[in-house]
Amino acid sequence: MKRLNKIFIAFLFALLPMMAMAQIDGEVIKPRPGKFLLQNATVVTITKGVLNNTSVLVEDGKIKEVGTNISADGAEVIDCSGKFIYPGMIDGGTKLGLVEVSSVQETVDYAEIGNFSPNMQALTAVNPNSVAIPVTRVSGVTTVLTYPSGGLFPGTAALINLNGYTPDQMYAGFKGIVMNFPSSGRRGRYDRRSDEDIKKANEKALKEANELWDKAKSYGALTEDGAELDYYPEMAQLAKATTGELPLLIEVNTAADIQAAIKWVEGKGAKVIFTGVSEGWRVADEIAKAGIPVVTGPIQALPTRESDRYDTPYANAGKMAKAGVKVAIRTDGQENVRNLPFFAAFAAAYGMGKEEAWKAVTINPAEIFGLGDQYGSVEAGKIANLIVADGDPFETKTNIMHVFIEGYRMPLSNRQIRLYQEFLERSPGLKVN
Amino acid sequence: MKKVNYFLAALLGLSIQFASAQVKKGSVLIKNATVLTVTEGTLENSDVLVQDGIIKKVGHNLNAPNGVTTIDATGKYLMPGIIDAHSHLGLDVVNEATSPIVAEVRMKDVVNPYEVGIYRALAGGVTISHAMHGSANVIGGQNATLKHRWGSTDPADIIMQEAPRTIKFALGENPTRVHGRGNGIQPRTRMGVEAILRNGFNEAIQYKKAWTEYNAASSQKGSTAMAPVHNERLQILSDILDGKIIIHCHSYRADEIYMLINVARDFGITKLVFQHTNEGFKVAPEIAEYTMGASVFADWWAYKFEVYYSTAYNAAILTENGAITSINSDDAELIRHLYHEAAKTQRYGGMTDEQALSMITINPAKQLGIADKVGSIEEGKQGDLVIFEGHPLSSYAVPQMTFVDGVKYFDIKEDADDQRMKVSPTEMVEPVMVYGGHDSRCMQDTEHLFETTESLFLLNQ
Repeated sequence: MKRLNKIFIAFLFALLPMMAMAQIDGEVIKPRPGKFLLQNATVVTITKGVLNNTSVLVEDGKIKEVGTNISADGAEVIDCSGKFIYPGMIDGGTKLGLVEVSSVQETVDYAEIGNFSPNMQALTAVNPNSVAIPVTRVSGVTTVLTYPSGGLFPGTAALINLNGYTPDQMYAGFKGIVMNFPSSGRRGRYDRRSDEDIKKANEKALKEANELWDKAKSYGALTEDGAELDYYPEMAQLAKATTGELPLLIEVNTAADIQAAIKWVEGKGAKVIFTGVSEGWRVADEIAKAGIPVVTGPIQALPTRESDRYDTPYANAGKMAKAGVKVAIRTDGQENVRNLPFFAAFAAAYGMGKEEAWKAVTINPAEIFGLGDQYGSVEAGKIANLIVADGDPFETKTNIMHVFIEGYRMPLSNRQIRLYQEFLERSPGLKVN
Repeated sequence: MKKVNYFLAALLGLSIQFASAQVKKGSVLIKNATVLTVTEGTLENSDVLVQDGIIKKVGHNLNAPNGVTTIDATGKYLMPGIIDAHSHLGLDVVNEATSPIVAEVRMKDVVNPYEVGIYRALAGGVTISHAMHGSANVIGGQNATLKHRWGSTDPADIIMQEAPRTIKFALGENPTRVHGRGNGIQPRTRMGVEAILRNGFNEAIQYKKAWTEYNAASSQKGSTAMAPVHNERLQILSDILDGKIIIHCHSYRADEIYMLINVARDFGITKLVFQHTNEGFKVAPEIAEYTMGASVFADWWAYKFEVYYSTAYNAAILTENGAITSINSDDAELIRHLYHEAAKTQRYGGMTDEQALSMITINPAKQLGIADKVGSIEEGKQGDLVIFEGHPLSSYAVPQMTFVDGVKYFDIKEDADDQRMKVSPTEMVEPVMVYGGHDSRCMQDTEHLFETTESLFLLNQ
């Protein structure tokens, strides 16, 4: 019993930052807007270096000021001495909010029927109340791209902030049309198609992609010329990629497919982002030369070939970055997007370096999604997505003390933490029969 | 009959000798490392001497005996070889999904030493894995404990022959899906799962009784007693009742965990470890009191309904309640960074370094019944060691060298990129696998019971 008491005291101590938000029975902790002064921290701006003894003023959802002598002026002051402030992390590719329990079909909303459905909007199906969202944001991930999958053009992905009660409140200002580039690879152990079958399926899919693209291009051109065309929402949506109105997120992984995709996009006039890119390291120079940015991951993955060195997936992001590719990291996750910082750490350790790995989860995805002026660094004028930590957020030992999303101070709790609080010292405990 | 038993025992003895005679044992002196012994604290700037596969000496200023290689590990960390209590690496098949009880099948009959995943696990510091039967059956097959002696082509050489016998059990969604929903037989519910277990053990008691009675009668002069028909399945179940086999049970929900604890107590079974155990935190006091603990994921959840109410603080809650807790992979990818998975217990529950490291070394060793031989850096234990650049619980840690029985099987600086031992002659072009991150095999070989391979993949754990 004594031991458990000690544990409990230690536990209370560990939870101090949370207790500061005073959890009283029955009280609901909500995200809270306001004017906040995060005082005397080491600010890792990402774009403007590391600033010591610096404060950050948050007001109206924005970073109002970053400096040394900011007056509180009515702001709630949060002492951050000895702490670090980073921009909120951005996961460049997830299914967060689109699925609750993977094996329960009724809760899976990322894959619509059909091969050609670019008009399916991920944002529509985002569940703002998904249990996985608060589980994610306590790790310091504040923004994610969430995308549909399955088929050739499965739909339109959306960037969301992990706060809000409606999809529109969560929407962070970027959408892109997803294309699954015909894949010569296998989808792991259970894909037992023959080489021949894969090749045939590929050729067919590529032919279909070309036909659809050409039609969409005509559809867009004719519409622009004022022609009244039949209602064809799929074509109308894909046309936006042909004109460059919406970027095209091309999921492509094997080296041969990456080369084919580089060729395929040539002269198409689309704004292209490659996603996945597991074998990017094999053709990194070609990707760099084509000037196509990349969202890669999961980093903690198996090598794509039995003959590959064991650490190729860890090293992939760094190798592409070194070749000059603009790289963002994704978890490709749903319930475990919280692992993004750890994926970044692995990339850092296997050649990317910490600085570049930080960029890959902050400013790079922001810029790749065309939002470099709003997200991805601690700079005055940007949206106040911030984290305060007592160390390096990529380390598991580090505690994330505060998370701000669009200036809202987020409660650092979730169902997993509440279960911990309830069950660490269960009552009644062991009932001896 | 007795003669035959003697003969079998002799043969078994011989085969063990034969097997161990084949196994390479090495000698090495690792100097100036920060030695994370796990059981005896952290020793700064210390040396570890392994001779003929056994840790001979842990101390300062040790000298290498003649012919023994010295490795300078200044600035590096040395920890015991990582042990994964739940894996399916190095197995040709995983599930014998034909009956709710298949206790008679043995994973040691399907060990495949050629699987490159074994090398990749070594590259993550893992020296021992528990190669388990799948989770399609309430009582599955017997598992094999493997030592990752990469390069051995004889399956017997990568089996840890001295490890005790273990067997796979499975509760909840997987066995009820395969048998109840897939084949229309019991169990379709968690009630049925309990019935299968109790019926099985009661049948085994009858079987044992028949043999006991026969043995008593046959020793009488002029006995005409007929021997009962041998039934391997029931023999294994009675071995479990006799405490000769450790149960490793796939489980998720608190109610089913509690059920098996009650069944085990009713039948006098104490050698019981829970696997996965996502809701173990809810019955942590019971697990601590009545079992050999739980082997859990660091943070996996929500991939199926029975793991929706999970918490990543599971390992911490179990540990603080006194349950032996290990972190496992059940996955060819996750096994590559178990040190990082263990580190997550520091984020989720504030575990100390020693507690976190125990979860991938001495604790799984206890659960596999091999803690007297491996799982910590102590004189007399087997020379399974890993050298890390960076503390193994740092997210930036990189394993440098891995030793099994004092033999170096992984060296980040010297190894060739391509570690395959054989190349498939039927594959003209090497297939490229685009994995979604994980590669689990818990439900492999039950594909015919599912609508799509995608749904199988999702249900795999």
